[in-house]
Amino acid sequence: MSNLNIARGRVEMVHGSGGRAMSDLIQQLFAGAFDNQWLAQGNDQARFDLPPGQVVMATDSHVVSPLFFPGGDIGSLSVHGTINDVVMSGARPCFLSAGFILEEGFPLADLKRIVDSMAAASKEAGVPIVTGDTKVVERGKGDGVFINTTGVGVVPEGLVLSGDQARPGDAILVSGHIGDHGVCILSLRESLGFESEIQSDSQSLHTLVSAMVAEVPDIRCLRDPTRGGLANTLNELAHQSAVGMQLFEKDIPVRAQVRAACEFLGLDPLYVANEGKLIAICPQSEAERLLAVMRAHPQGQDAAIIGRVVEDEHRFVQMETAFGGNRMVDWLNGEQLPRIC
Amino acid sequence: MCLAIPVRIEALIDDERAMADIGGVRKEINIALVEDVAVGDYVILHVGYALNKLDPEEAARTLALFGELEQLQATQESAQ
Amino acid sequence: MKYVDEFRDGDKARAIASQICQEAQPGKTYNLMEFCGGHTHAIFRYGIPDLLPDNVNLIHGPGCPVCVLPIGRLDMAVDLARRPEVILCTYGDMLRVPGSGRVSLMKVRAEGTDVRMLYSPADALTLARENPDKQVVFFAIGFETTTPPTAVVVEQAAKLGLKNFSVFSNHVLTPAAMHAILNTPEAGSGELKVDGFIGPAHVSTVIGSDPYQVFPERYGKPVVIAGFEPLDVLQAILMLIRQLNDGRCQVENEFTRAVTSSGNLKARALVDKVFELRKSFEWRGLGAIPESALQLRPEYADYDAEKRFALEQKEGRENKACECPSILRGVKNPRDCPLFGDPCTPDNPLGSCMVSSEGACAAYYSYGRYKENRIAVEEVQP
Repeated sequence: MSNLNIARGRVEMVHGSGGRAMSDLIQQLFAGAFDNQWLAQGNDQARFDLPPGQVVMATDSHVVSPLFFPGGDIGSLSVHGTINDVVMSGARPCFLSAGFILEEGFPLADLKRIVDSMAAASKEAGVPIVTGDTKVVERGKGDGVFINTTGVGVVPEGLVLSGDQARPGDAILVSGHIGDHGVCILSLRESLGFESEIQSDSQSLHTLVSAMVAEVPDIRCLRDPTRGGLANTLNELAHQSAVGMQLFEKDIPVRAQVRAACEFLGLDPLYVANEGKLIAICPQSEAERLLAVMRAHPQGQDAAIIGRVVEDEHRFVQMETAFGGNRMVDWLNGEQLPRIC
Repeated sequence: MCLAIPVRIEALIDDERAMADIGGVRKEINIALVEDVAVGDYVILHVGYALNKLDPEEAARTLALFGELEQLQATQESAQ
Repeated sequence: MKYVDEFRDGDKARAIASQICQEAQPGKTYNLMEFCGGHTHAIFRYGIPDLLPDNVNLIHGPGCPVCVLPIGRLDMAVDLARRPEVILCTYGDMLRVPGSGRVSLMKVRAEGTDVRMLYSPADALTLARENPDKQVVFFAIGFETTTPPTAVVVEQAAKLGLKNFSVFSNHVLTPAAMHAILNTPEAGSGELKVDGFIGPAHVSTVIGSDPYQVFPERYGKPVVIAGFEPLDVLQAILMLIRQLNDGRCQVENEFTRAVTSSGNLKARALVDKVFELRKSFEWRGLGAIPESALQLRPEYADYDAEKRFALEQKEGRENKACECPSILRGVKNPRDCPLFGDPCTPDNPLGSCMVSSEGACAAYYSYGRYKENRIAVEEVQP
């Protein structure tokens, strides 16, 4: 087996061609880090049993730039992100797959850093990466590395969490401060050049979710407000359930630094991405209990009830401002862009 | 018009540049357009440039004015 | 955030609003033009119209540099971007504005041209230094607030003797626009009723309060310069109502913490050094206004993109049904536009009033739709 020069080597086309070089890459970099019985078998597929319940599957592709940021990197993000998509159904996450598209010339040292980070995230979550794939594209045809992760889990019988279940009168909760991840990423863009202590909030939420569904099985739905932020995610849910929503700005937790960064860029924290938060909608009668369970969990310490589902044929999401007026929280089409006006 | 925000001067770097702070977020800004900038001053920041200093006394006066109105309203309400 | 949060206090807001309701005389209408797009934004973000009595109308003026830029000028920027040797730098605000044939800078970027979004004009200078084999063009827009930073950057480029940096100047002037509004046919006929102006906040920190004297003096319209925060805007509205009730007509300054009578002399001197008045400039909706915009002085011709690239003035193709021009003049409401809401929406903007976050149409699209469907907050207990 040839030894990869991880410290100074780079990805070459040969690493994706299915021959010995690719096998070496997989062995030394991937299998070593992910280290489990399925990968050790060395087959093109992983065979496993699942605990009883309905099977849930989710997939996510990750193209974040920059690849490394305070609080994580594309690797840990890809693990947490897909685990979260699976658990938003109330499922327990069981296994992950990971597909890599590597750009020719990408430094192996960076790749190792990413892979090790994925391994750590996977181990911490107790969700092994049991199968994967690697392809290499020519220089200039990729952004360093793209990662796709797919996850499977099982949701116990009778638990039906879905975005079309929200009903007028339900409470809307969020698990913590919003806007951290998006602002963290923006702070790294050179031209915006600001320094802050904001870290990405990227984390796997399965233990929080299992505590929540155990206490309140009547939860209508859970969703993680990733790209597009809290506002766009709530609009999605409002549309799916054919309801409206009334939020209260003073109850939505936003860190002072995130607020400040958004102020000078002209961004609204409601539309900024999150990677370790969830929105929960539950019957009003259960709201206080659910809140207590969330706050008792380290990932939900700053959880809050932020609004109420209402009847509305237009499916608007509205918000009472901290100021006392009322405003629309519209469903944006594209990204927010920093503005001068 | 113009998105601009008051920021506090934390440190002067040279004649043209300073380190500013807004709510814990720090940014290097250009102070070439404002005279006599000192640490502790508040300036209005627009597209990375300080445009003017904020006068703390006037700010206090304006806020006091709002406070008076609030008092007046409260008195009127309790009189009803 | 100091000097920000205190000026957003909800209780104080209600107190000022209450005072406005008390002092606004029934039977009298107060038509107040808020000139500055930043004020439009604040007004909708904080739901200020909710707090005002029905006889106080806020009219959106043309104080949005994105909205008033004629399509032809945007087309010129698009042409520049399409030149292979050019890196076109623009503020985020301009990226999605549709030019002729619905081509925006964002679309042009997707074609493969090098269009970069920047936060500060200093970034354009950095790009020029880092890419000596490219021509970096800075697409400069904005009122008097944004012009001094452009001037700083042009001076720096000159000092550095940069050969690959130029500015496509579309800087415009506030008082000229206010004159133009008051001289429109609709203002003359009474179709447009403006009783007073809420003057721009940050433009005024640069130009000072003096330039507004002409509006009370010549037109009999009071001006109150308002700070950027919602309490400032409410206070300014109250001050205008008081002037109109008292029969006074003056320039008053609510934003005393940042605006003086003469403004920022250093900034004004630098702008004066680098820029000169254009004889005339076309404004979307207002037509050609004399001495309303700036171009680089001959001494700085090397940094003038219009000269470097021998740009020809283009006639933009407006969508015939688009009512942006009337809306910018304050005579039509976004809902009067046949395109409003369908097909023209913030997702699919056909005119600049819908693209710009402070354009009247974009604001109405969010706020107006909701207003028709107002859910009484009292019905929902927090």
